[in-house]
Amino acid sequence: MRRIVPVGPYHPLQEEPEFFKLIVEGEKVVGLEINIGYNHRGHEFISPKMTYEQVTFLVERICGICSNSHPFAYVMAVEDCAHIQVPERALYLRTINHELERIHSHLLWLGLAGHFIGYNTVWMWSWRYREPVLDLFELITGNRNHYAMNKVGGVRHNISEEQIPIIEKVLLDIETKVNMLTKAVLDDPVLRARLENVGVLTKKDAIAYGVVGPTARASGVAIDVRKDDPHGAYDRVNWDIIVFEEGDVLAKAKVRLLECIESVKIIRQCLAQMPKGEIETRVSEIPPGEGIGRTEAPRGEVFHYIRSDGKNSPFRHKIRAPSYMNIPSNEVAVKGYSIADACLILAAVDPCYCCTERIVAFEDNKMKYSGKDLLQLSLKKTEELKAKYKGRNKLTL
Amino acid sequence: MRPLEQELISKFPEIKIYEHSPRRLYITIPKEKITEVSKFLFFQHKLRLSICSGIDTRDGFEILYHFSDDPTGTYYTLKTLVPKDDPKIDSLAPWLPACNWIEREMHELLGIEFTGHPNLIPLLTAESWPKDKYPLRRDFEPDITLEDDFQERTKL
Repeated sequence: MRRIVPVGPYHPLQEEPEFFKLIVEGEKVVGLEINIGYNHRGHEFISPKMTYEQVTFLVERICGICSNSHPFAYVMAVEDCAHIQVPERALYLRTINHELERIHSHLLWLGLAGHFIGYNTVWMWSWRYREPVLDLFELITGNRNHYAMNKVGGVRHNISEEQIPIIEKVLLDIETKVNMLTKAVLDDPVLRARLENVGVLTKKDAIAYGVVGPTARASGVAIDVRKDDPHGAYDRVNWDIIVFEEGDVLAKAKVRLLECIESVKIIRQCLAQMPKGEIETRVSEIPPGEGIGRTEAPRGEVFHYIRSDGKNSPFRHKIRAPSYMNIPSNEVAVKGYSIADACLILAAVDPCYCCTERIVAFEDNKMKYSGKDLLQLSLKKTEELKAKYKGRNKLTL
Repeated sequence: MRPLEQELISKFPEIKIYEHSPRRLYITIPKEKITEVSKFLFFQHKLRLSICSGIDTRDGFEILYHFSDDPTGTYYTLKTLVPKDDPKIDSLAPWLPACNWIEREMHELLGIEFTGHPNLIPLLTAESWPKDKYPLRRDFEPDITLEDDFQERTKL
């Protein structure tokens, strides 16, 4: 007998609006229907109403995790349209920022995957090691998320000589920790039992659904925009594509972990090779035409298409985030597995989240709340709640 | 000229190829040929469908199919023009699952009919969204403008 298990519209674990209708026979999943669009923000509609400069900030806010990849692809689309040459140093700076983002995103996914299967040690470890990367972003760009690094024709923030030793120290730390984590994940019998041969996406399906990024590479499809369509400084450094043939969740985890090590390699070489000089060129106008920009975000290929009619704002701006291609492949990946595995399989393509958790409020040019004040506010709130529910049974609170 | 380009021209003489920049090719084809050319690119040359996009232009709806040739990093963008009074084109979704969502999206946001699509229901818009309003068409007028919305939200 067939039954339907609805998951969503507000996903209990992934904290984002999407609706999965699992069709089950007993414990076994036999079908999946996906509904999205609960949080459609209409970027493609808003973008033609803004200037080229403003759109950079708009697309940065598509995603809080890959907030470098969208503006990166967008500025490359505009540069392709207008045939703008970017200074060499800016290419390296873009690459460094992009790879740091990959490290923090992959560690975030690993933590969540651990959390989904109830292995909270992995979660706490990997999020602890992710934290220094966010601090590096704050050092380089001034923000932990939404870095505002890219602009048409160059970048906004430079890396000074004094910052390089700090970055290298953090990189060394990440490398040892990720190596340790990789060994721990691969050796742990519990993790292997939950991840191995679960949610297999075959190579044939991966090609038919056009999946991208780690999801494709874990299924034996060796595509990586950084290698195939070199941009930034990726053709000037040595690194490898990580490909596994199995297609299960373990392979996806392995791809992501080993990619962190490759990212560390890329950043090290970039820091060593980076030439001195300008970090931006002056852009006078965008001529009529069209341009395509793409880059490898942590989740796969980000695609931006720009059509210009010579005005100050784009005539048409098409955006395709990697999860748009990856999520439909769940339809085949989840079939035949149990409901308990479905939770992890649906998360294995790493659907996008937003993690802008810190706030800073300014009043009369003075910071309103410091970290201490926020803690005090939080404690105050807890006290209030305690007072409100005083005398009630703890369980009902 | 690339081997794939030459093959395309000899096989489909009616197409026009334009190279905007290295690794970015735009190929204009008539809309009747879309299934034939896409099948040729996907099955014979193993190109990956990256995404499609629809544009409302003065001459009609332009539909672009961005095929990516990953070993060379080249984009082959197929360009077709669909007339505004009868916006219909063959669907690729029956044999290419990668096309499923984007065709549904173009159907609801631009109002293009994809004949042969297995499940042409709205993807992104709410169920209550009016059926004859297409937000990505140039003549679409939103009920509230961005400026009004900003004024509304910043009112104290």
